[in-house]
Amino acid sequence: MSVLDLQAMGLRAINTTLQSAAGSGDSFTIANPRGSHAVAVGLDGPLNVTVQGSTGYYCAGMNKEAEITVEGSAGPGLAENMMSGTVTVTGDASQYAGATGRGGLLNIRGNASSRCGISMKGIDIVVHGNIGHMSAFMAQKGNLVVLGDAGDALGDSLYEARIFVRGKVASLGADCVEKEMRPEHLEILADLLSRAGADAAPGEFRRYGSARNLYNFNIDHADQY
Amino acid sequence: MDKTPKTEPRQSWTFSREVNAEIRRAAATGIYDIRGGGAKRRVPHFDDLLFLGASMSRYPLEGYREKCDTSVTLGTRFATKPIELKIPVTIAGMSFGALSGAAKEALGRGATLAGTSTTTGDGGMTEEERGHSEKLVYQYLPSRYGMNPDDLRRADAIEIVVGQGAKPGGGGMLLGQKITERVAGMRDLPQGVDQRSACRHPDWTGPDDLEIKILELREITNWEKPIYIKIGGARPYYDTALAVKAGADVVVLDGMQGGTAATQDVFIENVGQPTLACIRPAVQALQDLGMHREVQLVVSGGVRTGADMAKALALGADAVAIGTAALVALGDNDPKWEAEYQAMGTTAGAYDDWHEGRDPAGITTQDPALAARLDPVAAGRRLRNYLNVMTLECQTIARACGKSHVHNLEPEDLCALTMEAAAMARVPLAGTEWWPGKAGF
Repeated sequence: MSVLDLQAMGLRAINTTLQSAAGSGDSFTIANPRGSHAVAVGLDGPLNVTVQGSTGYYCAGMNKEAEITVEGSAGPGLAENMMSGTVTVTGDASQYAGATGRGGLLNIRGNASSRCGISMKGIDIVVHGNIGHMSAFMAQKGNLVVLGDAGDALGDSLYEARIFVRGKVASLGADCVEKEMRPEHLEILADLLSRAGADAAPGEFRRYGSARNLYNFNIDHADQY
Repeated sequence: MDKTPKTEPRQSWTFSREVNAEIRRAAATGIYDIRGGGAKRRVPHFDDLLFLGASMSRYPLEGYREKCDTSVTLGTRFATKPIELKIPVTIAGMSFGALSGAAKEALGRGATLAGTSTTTGDGGMTEEERGHSEKLVYQYLPSRYGMNPDDLRRADAIEIVVGQGAKPGGGGMLLGQKITERVAGMRDLPQGVDQRSACRHPDWTGPDDLEIKILELREITNWEKPIYIKIGGARPYYDTALAVKAGADVVVLDGMQGGTAATQDVFIENVGQPTLACIRPAVQALQDLGMHREVQLVVSGGVRTGADMAKALALGADAVAIGTAALVALGDNDPKWEAEYQAMGTTAGAYDDWHEGRDPAGITTQDPALAARLDPVAAGRRLRNYLNVMTLECQTIARACGKSHVHNLEPEDLCALTMEAAAMARVPLAGTEWWPGKAGF
């Protein structure tokens, strides 16, 4: 386990060290992040990184295969466009968490702010607390699991992503509807909850998805948005 | 027979035949017109400017002997690997999806032969264009279709698209008929579904956020790649200043004549400013910040000839970019397909339903049979020829103005034919020393 002090080394040296080690499977601890932006971005292979403290924007952006844990909270754009691997935050995540993510697991132990999973393209996101408004906006693929409540306009203009919510949903966005929870969905959900270490039963959740009414432009649908 | 003189039937200028036809079409269909391309209305343009040439007080360079350099380096501010181009004209971003794979390949081939760069578009990077483009600019768009760190790293530059001239403030829609299995796969969406391209980025708002986004992209790519910011011709002074503040290496400024794959005609014709009106405010912003020539300015939107290129450079741009003109060079709207254009109710030169995917020239289509009509090798050669001609034209004008590098062209070399052009370009109206807004008059 190598300990890297971000304040002493600077961001460029920290990221260069991690990017160079990607694929080694080594373990690193980042001390003193103090809300720095773009920490541990662009990692391109197996690696274990623990960030001791809260981070700013875009922590773990575009991650591939690395296992990254933030022991604190994360600023906007956490794990944006993540490709694979696992990113865990023990605290809360700010807006746009998991934006455009294409794979891997984003595990948020606290709450996530607005637009969580916006334009997600295959990532799996598990939020142990609540999520803010406009989450999963234009979400294309992947799964968003929320153990708490969801804010307004959930899943607005959704494509093929699945949303599972255990608590209350303030409102659904355009073209997002509640759907039947079939056995295959319970199976997917059980796996996600297990991988995220969430203590919840799949049967407690409701599933939401696209009504697919807005998939092809139709002038008669203009009043739906 | 009544020989009383009659009043001639008089068409209304306001309610012209064209306007009335559009009203009837809207009444019949209930939907606005969607099309490709840029503004078709007449706006003040490079045609409204003239070069003065050499005279008693300026002497020219010999046209066929003396050197007139055209090289340009983009991305000298922060990037450790700036892009060096032989000519100051690049190929603008156009997506695979809107264009066929063969068309993207042809753009790469032509640009490479001419010594310049080409640019991806919405929908990600294809092997055709990466493989055939010696220098490839990778667009970072709000949709992030196909976005991945591997392609970021194998690009030669990254262009963050904030807006485009045809539709500043607008997103896009690639209609389902062009969404083949391959296009859908690259965009992580089902085949045949209309693919909405968002109008704003999903994970940042405003220049303060963008500065941090650029930091992230630089950290991912080891600070090697030049970062361009592309803006539509909306508020060019402030947009350019804010792009510089956000950390851009290069600003790409696209006026309203710049094309798009598809959007509403009302948007194309009524939102944004003409290219000519945008250049001087953008250059002014760079000069006010002490960044002119340190942050390079690339201008696009209606650039067609070496004269247009020379005028843009004289007004302060470092390079120009072409999109529609490049497609025409490949074979778009060629009269040899006139019978097929007629069958679709249009004519060569006016065909703009690029979103429908029925392009007879095989360029703006995903139909395999139509796409097979375009030979990417021959089309690439045509583009190379056209780029070479543009460059030679620009050099001809620059030498006539006594310049040993096209970047030495300056506003003092120009005059304007109209008051509007004089005001926008801030060069004297022909035969005077005056332009609207000039101090002291």
